[in-house]
Amino acid sequence: MHADPKGVLTGVHFMDGDHAACEGALAAGCRFVAGYPITPSTEVVERFASRIPTVGGVFIQMEDEIASSIAIQGAAWAGKKVMTVTSGPGLSLMMEHIGLAAITETPCVFVDVQRGGPSTGLPTLPAQADMMQVKWGSHGDYEVIALSPHSPQECFDLMIQAFNLAETYRVPVFFMMDEVVGHMTERVVIPPAEQIEVVERRWTRKPPGEYRPYETDESLVPEMVKAGDGYRIHITGLTHDERGYPAMNPTAQDVMVRRICAKIRQHAEQLVDVRMDGVEGAEVVVVSYGITSRVAGAAVAEARRRGLKVGHLRLVIVWPFPACLLRELAASVKAFVVPELNMGQMVLEVERAVAGAARAISVPHAGGTVHEPEAILEKILEAAR
Amino acid sequence: MSAIEAPGFKLGVDIDNPVMPYLRQDRIPHIWCPGCGIGTTVNCFARALTESGLNLDQVAIVSGIGCTGRVAGYLNLDSFHTTHGRAIPFATGLKLANPKLKVVVYSGDGDLFAIGGNHFVHAARRNMDIMVVCVNNFTYGMTGGQVAPTTPLGPTQTTMPYGNFENPFNLPFLADACGAVYVARWTVYHVKQLTRAMKEGLSKKGFVFIEALSPCPTLYSRRNRLGDGVDQVKYYKEKSVVRNDANTKDVALGFQSEIIVGKFVDRERPTWLEAMNEHLGRVLGERYTPYGVTNGED
Repeated sequence: MHADPKGVLTGVHFMDGDHAACEGALAAGCRFVAGYPITPSTEVVERFASRIPTVGGVFIQMEDEIASSIAIQGAAWAGKKVMTVTSGPGLSLMMEHIGLAAITETPCVFVDVQRGGPSTGLPTLPAQADMMQVKWGSHGDYEVIALSPHSPQECFDLMIQAFNLAETYRVPVFFMMDEVVGHMTERVVIPPAEQIEVVERRWTRKPPGEYRPYETDESLVPEMVKAGDGYRIHITGLTHDERGYPAMNPTAQDVMVRRICAKIRQHAEQLVDVRMDGVEGAEVVVVSYGITSRVAGAAVAEARRRGLKVGHLRLVIVWPFPACLLRELAASVKAFVVPELNMGQMVLEVERAVAGAARAISVPHAGGTVHEPEAILEKILEAAR
Repeated sequence: MSAIEAPGFKLGVDIDNPVMPYLRQDRIPHIWCPGCGIGTTVNCFARALTESGLNLDQVAIVSGIGCTGRVAGYLNLDSFHTTHGRAIPFATGLKLANPKLKVVVYSGDGDLFAIGGNHFVHAARRNMDIMVVCVNNFTYGMTGGQVAPTTPLGPTQTTMPYGNFENPFNLPFLADACGAVYVARWTVYHVKQLTRAMKEGLSKKGFVFIEALSPCPTLYSRRNRLGDGVDQVKYYKEKSVVRNDANTKDVALGFQSEIIVGKFVDRERPTWLEAMNEHLGRVLGERYTPYGVTNGED
């Protein structure tokens, strides 16, 4: 279905990534945000707080990120599309409720405008060092989806995709921005509402009594209801059966955990979203995401100018990682070069995927600024030798 | 199995307990120990729901973790068993996203006031329109009897093996200071008064706090040689003093001390949503459409 025009600021704008992300959420139908101020993400919620009264919905600044990350889940179970917004230290506090969203299968979007860490780190400067945290940060086994925009335009466009994926798969979806993308101002085109496709929650058609909250079909994604509809649901963070009732035994655990992992893993191919440039026939492929992809683009151009066959693969959906695609490419590629604003996180996934069939060369950076293109170029040259 | 009968009470094969329709009967028996008072409070709550006249499809209950945290799972309402200490912020989101819901938080003293203390303080300050029932048994029951922020000075707990030397909260005083519009304390001896308080609380707009003292015979009473559940209820009976409108400063609890019970606070303040609608309506004028509707209207 199309976006509700009330939330869509159609037009051509000069806008930073944080504001564009907020507009993307509004266009996607997000009508409830709970947040807590934290640099460099605060502009997202500031804009939401100023926009939502005339769109129709609620913003509440909670007492901390723990509260924000569960207030949105209460709102989701009352029927709203929801989001919270934070940066590294806040994300660390939210881990508890990422697990709750995973086990209760609550659709919600977590925006992480990444900054340098660990701990308070570099509040005003960029990093991409939370990539593994969003995949593995909460205890137990579960799957998530994460997207990585590289421009204000993508902050808008991909945010709509983030909400659509949260509704489709009923998982926490992470929107992995960084300080540079958040604060960079560029042209952002917001199309008319009728050109924006939004996914509605999969509401059950079953009557109360027949509906079981965690019964699924082959999609493995259960249908949802909301509080107040007369279904008298029970939703718990304990291991539960199809009725949603606590079930403290290994069989129920096995059924539940396997399904919440499989509902993403079995759709992994549909969840591949990459942008490839000159990958076919390339000897070396640079794998990048987010702001680093823009720096890497300069390095790739220079390497090509010097006559090297270099491809560029940009991850748009980072989790689930497109392992199959990388594995296929590894058959014809000598080496993958993976620049990222961390000490080597997604390069581990590249290594895992290619499983020795090609080299995986990390270009680490501790954060605080972006790479120099020369640092990436140097590794491309090394890889091509 | 034969029916258990007493005047006005019958339980067994031929169940006609008026509270049964409020329970998820397929989840009974419950996990609570013999002599525990949580079930008594649930009974009071079910009766308060009956008397409230609320449409039960529009009532949601949210619990945290612990023995009292299991209440949500036994009530035949939309019910949410969340994370430890976080029932209040979950309830906040639920209420704000659908203001027509009557949202009740039902949890224990450790959950609400140790790990969840910050959320309690802020929801009361905001006058979030939720009713919070705290079953206070002075201990962490589910994890085996550790010291709680409500444990009086003196008694032994597994993590205070030589007796508690930490000062406890005076919960009604805390709720009052933070801005709750309704504050009451009763014990599980006072079933009529507790039921009435819950009924009043359900009809009240804004942040309602009800403290229900309840025995934990397994981990608090027995360990401190206070007998069983019945002995604790006898203590409540003998040492309780009803003092409505008492200054909440004066209602702190000591070990087996006098218990001041009653309705301490009943006042009016705009709820968070009322304040938002009033303020934004004034500032934004016609650009603003009031959000949601007031409680109970459908």
